Amino acid sequence: MSHYYDTHDLARFSEIGAHCPELSEKFFAWYQAVFRPGALTSREKALIALGVAHAIQCPYCIDAYSKSALEHGADVEQMTESVHVAAAIRGGASLVHGLQMRNQTDKLSM
Amino acid sequence: MSAPRSLPQPSPRARLDADAQRSILRHLPLAHRFSAALERAGVAPLCARGIEVLQLNLGKLCNQTCRHCHVDAGPARTEVMTRDTMQQCLSVLDASGAATVDLTGGAPELNPEFRWLLERLAERRVHVIDRCNLTVLETGAHRDLPELFAQHRVEVVCSLPHYRSYATDRQRGEGVFEKSIRALRRLNALGYGDGRSGLRLALVTNPVGAFLPASQEQLEREWKGKLLADHGVVFDSLYTITNMPISRYLEWLLESENLQGYMDELVAAFNPAAARGVMCRSTLSVGWDGQLYDCDFNQMLELPLRGGLPRHVRDFDAQALAQREIGVDDHCFGCTAGAGSSCGGALA
Repeated sequence: MSHYYDTHDLARFSEIGAHCPELSEKFFAWYQAVFRPGALTSREKALIALGVAHAIQCPYCIDAYSKSALEHGADVEQMTESVHVAAAIRGGASLVHGLQMRNQTDKLSM
Repeated sequence: MSAPRSLPQPSPRARLDADAQRSILRHLPLAHRFSAALERAGVAPLCARGIEVLQLNLGKLCNQTCRHCHVDAGPARTEVMTRDTMQQCLSVLDASGAATVDLTGGAPELNPEFRWLLERLAERRVHVIDRCNLTVLETGAHRDLPELFAQHRVEVVCSLPHYRSYATDRQRGEGVFEKSIRALRRLNALGYGDGRSGLRLALVTNPVGAFLPASQEQLEREWKGKLLADHGVVFDSLYTITNMPISRYLEWLLESENLQGYMDELVAAFNPAAARGVMCRSTLSVGWDGQLYDCDFNQMLELPLRGGLPRHVRDFDAQALAQREIGVDDHCFGCTAGAGSSCGGALA
């Protein structure tokens, strides 16, 4: 294998059930239910998914939810804001751990 | 990291002729062909159920050069319908009993005989739709057209890719959004789109890229709110239209390496309900030169009516054409994907 990620594998997602069909059936049924419109619209869910895709840095998810967001009528400005939300939470999560560092430092220091 | 792509420049003529386009689509590996999808859905053979709409393509001349245009229209095109051909179309209209005449192009308003045709149609009291790119209403000699449309109660169906300038100008050229808003305000001032005057104003949006349109109902609500709040513009309906994989859009799909993925998506999203409602079942399309087609897309792919049927307005035969079997090919997946697509928007 010359690279780790292959675009074509996204379309093969369902094959993940090959050696464990009972669990994958439960997963895909739940997955589909999650993305049905509910208290949140389909577009809002697609934009959340896009932000999470960037937070977990999953190329498949970024491809899938960029398209999904567009197909639900989102535009590139909304999608970019979604990425910034993900980045802010990631950055903020690092920074807030600075307090842990300070607590530990205070404890160890005279 | 790449800089944002610049706004599109006017495209030259499409490089692929109709033969080449059909060949590319026919040789593309697909899960199954359109004819097989129709068979499975129990809709084959696809047959017309009358001629309710006569769609006249008044020519390929246009003041814009949009990146997705399936007509390959532009300012340099010279093909326009003559008054003689229009006369033949009027005879066809009288013989067919069609209640609606749908004027398209190019920019139909740029046909030198456009006003003459509008007067003749008004005498016949048929419902007339003008497919307008909006910016033509902002050009010198055509600035009075909104008043003429209102006088003849013409329904105006306008192209506007997005309620913000970014996506609109990317697809249609720099400055198009601003001009379009000015034209919409002038139509509104005459009563178009207010829901009370009976002067119908519809907007048409198609995706700016290789993806399917969003829910028409959802977008219409959103567009109405945004255009009113941001620009004081009102309209009656929003039609979402799927981009057809032909002409300039096909070339863009090829160049951007999106063709296979886009076609796979259209095939996977085939909707039997949309297939049963496709517009070709109730529409007859007439080219600028009087040739007859099942739809505007078959016209651009130069797919003639099936053998034995009349192929020109001069040979019109209402009975044979009203029940004709429709010629289909793989581009037809564009009309049957998801909620479906037609000149009047979603189908299912």
